[in-house]
Amino acid sequence: MKIFNFHLMPYRHADLDAIEKNGSAWVTFSNRNYDPQKGAELYHDYLDQMELADQLGFDGVCLNEHHQTAYGMMPIPGVLAGALARSVKRAKLAILGRALPLLNNPLMIAEEYAILDNLTRGRVIAGFVRGIGAEYHAMGINPAYSQERYAEAHDLIVRAWTEPGPFPYVGKHYQFKYVNPWPRPYQTPHPPIWIPSQGSGSTIRWAAQMRYTYCQTLSPIAAVARFFQMYRDEAEKAGYQASPDQLAWSNTIYVAETDEQAVREARPHLEALMNYFLKMPTEMLLPPGYTDAASMKRVRAAKVTGKPQSVEDVIKNGVVIVGSPNTVREKLAEYQDLAGFNTSLTKTQFGTMPNDMARANMTAIAEEILPHFRDRLPQGTRREAAE
Amino acid sequence: MADHSVSTISIRDCRIRVMRGGSGGPVLFLHGGGGAGSWLPFMSRLAATFDVIVPEHPGFGGSDTPPWLDTVPDLANFYLDFLEELGLDGVHLVGQSLGGWVAAELAVRNTSRLASLTLVAAAGIHVKDVAQVDTFLSNPEQHVRDLFHDQKLADAVLVRGQRPELEDVALKNRMTTAKLVWQPRSHDPHLQKWLHRIDIPTLLIWGEHDRLFPKDYAFAYQQMIPGSKAVIIPDCGHLPQVEKADAFTAELESFIGAMRIAA
Repeated sequence: MKIFNFHLMPYRHADLDAIEKNGSAWVTFSNRNYDPQKGAELYHDYLDQMELADQLGFDGVCLNEHHQTAYGMMPIPGVLAGALARSVKRAKLAILGRALPLLNNPLMIAEEYAILDNLTRGRVIAGFVRGIGAEYHAMGINPAYSQERYAEAHDLIVRAWTEPGPFPYVGKHYQFKYVNPWPRPYQTPHPPIWIPSQGSGSTIRWAAQMRYTYCQTLSPIAAVARFFQMYRDEAEKAGYQASPDQLAWSNTIYVAETDEQAVREARPHLEALMNYFLKMPTEMLLPPGYTDAASMKRVRAAKVTGKPQSVEDVIKNGVVIVGSPNTVREKLAEYQDLAGFNTSLTKTQFGTMPNDMARANMTAIAEEILPHFRDRLPQGTRREAAE
Repeated sequence: MADHSVSTISIRDCRIRVMRGGSGGPVLFLHGGGGAGSWLPFMSRLAATFDVIVPEHPGFGGSDTPPWLDTVPDLANFYLDFLEELGLDGVHLVGQSLGGWVAAELAVRNTSRLASLTLVAAAGIHVKDVAQVDTFLSNPEQHVRDLFHDQKLADAVLVRGQRPELEDVALKNRMTTAKLVWQPRSHDPHLQKWLHRIDIPTLLIWGEHDRLFPKDYAFAYQQMIPGSKAVIIPDCGHLPQVEKADAFTAELESFIGAMRIAA
């Protein structure tokens, strides 16, 4: 299994009561709550953590993209990737952002990824996402065109990377007389494309058809197993057998000496993430048109937003793994076999967790977990497990 | 109530639902983002004197969602086709909220089939430094409350509750509204450049306490449309035709009546 250090770069000094009072850490949570002195310190702490991940032997580091929120301070992940491109010497550099529809000129994403791919001599993984609903409130982009713009921007970027320029491009949303970006990507034909999603059926089908790596965001492991089985089924329909390398699970791991100690230490930081940083009203999460009416009704009926979650809930449902080295090894192996993935995108810092604690967690994971999974593939058969 | 009919009309391959009742000069009412809904008391009252025509916009309720529907100008051009197809002349065009924006876009294009224009709590332009609620961030209860000045009316709507059988229609209406108004929010920066072309008698009806498009919008429209007259209805929110149906119809009837005398 490949294990990546995945960072959200939360503004961990955010006043949780102020978030509670505002109803969300997103869009309407005033940036008066951001202190540049503290923020600058955090950027350096977090980038240092990414460099440490490289030194400790993590297979990659992952950046993220969200806008106008204390949840994450990476609206322009390419800037931070640029800061890491020369200091992260060995690990892959994945951006699990670039929300294509948010840009009015998606050619700039083709350019940005190509520069990073050259800088790292081919260690870049290019994420393509739509962004969550809140992004459409924050950035003034019409959610009803999200899917159209995503499809068009994807086609444009891949063509810009693979077809010799200049050529003209005329779409509904984007038009260019000259598509001819310099530099071209370092990797051939282009950086690997990864598709993070919350489990949309059409996204899973499309990713499987395109043979793009599918990354499942924050979900109980049983749901993860179902979504990954959908991917394998769609791959089969498309005439090939999906490799476990095409499936990545985004999770959170915290290791301490004993289970009790791990839960006790992780609790305030995980609960800050689940119940404050992530919280938003349904209207913000799902603006009209962001998803089709059927999915909208499903989400509304499930009332997914707003329920407070305890550490015990998210451990029991297999959203996160928290415990002693032995517990974490057992759970990770169990989940790998259940869901059949071969990449773990692991948040080692989360919520309000301070720097020394995050670094200790990363070191423990590197010493106690990584060596046991380096050559481990999913074992057993999965179809039954997923049903 | 047999004072109106409901039918489906095809305009160039797009089927829309149309409610129609009464006889007299034609009044074409263009609804807002909430959809056409049902035949309302103000429509009945107008139907005593007029041929009241209430189409449901493409993309809303029981009407088709055509592939060409992207912008409010698309709807304005569609309703020019509609007027032609139905052979309507001397039309009193009334548009509320989103429908007011459509009506204004239509009127800057072509007034040859119109006798008058009435904009009610209309979107379409932007007025600086006026506080407006973000209807896309309010929860369903707040959304209803923001429409009314008299919160007892909002209570009554809320008590009736969400009718599950209407959930699909509500989602469809909201999705199309978002498509049409999300960005730039509820206006077309180019519209105000051409409002001076409106060369028919124009009435602007606003609720005094409209939270979506406050009465400053009425005064801004009044300055941009030559000879237009603004009427502000007291103790009234965003839906004068519902919240103050009698005052609304009285204003409209006296405006059209005065035109007839002048003619």
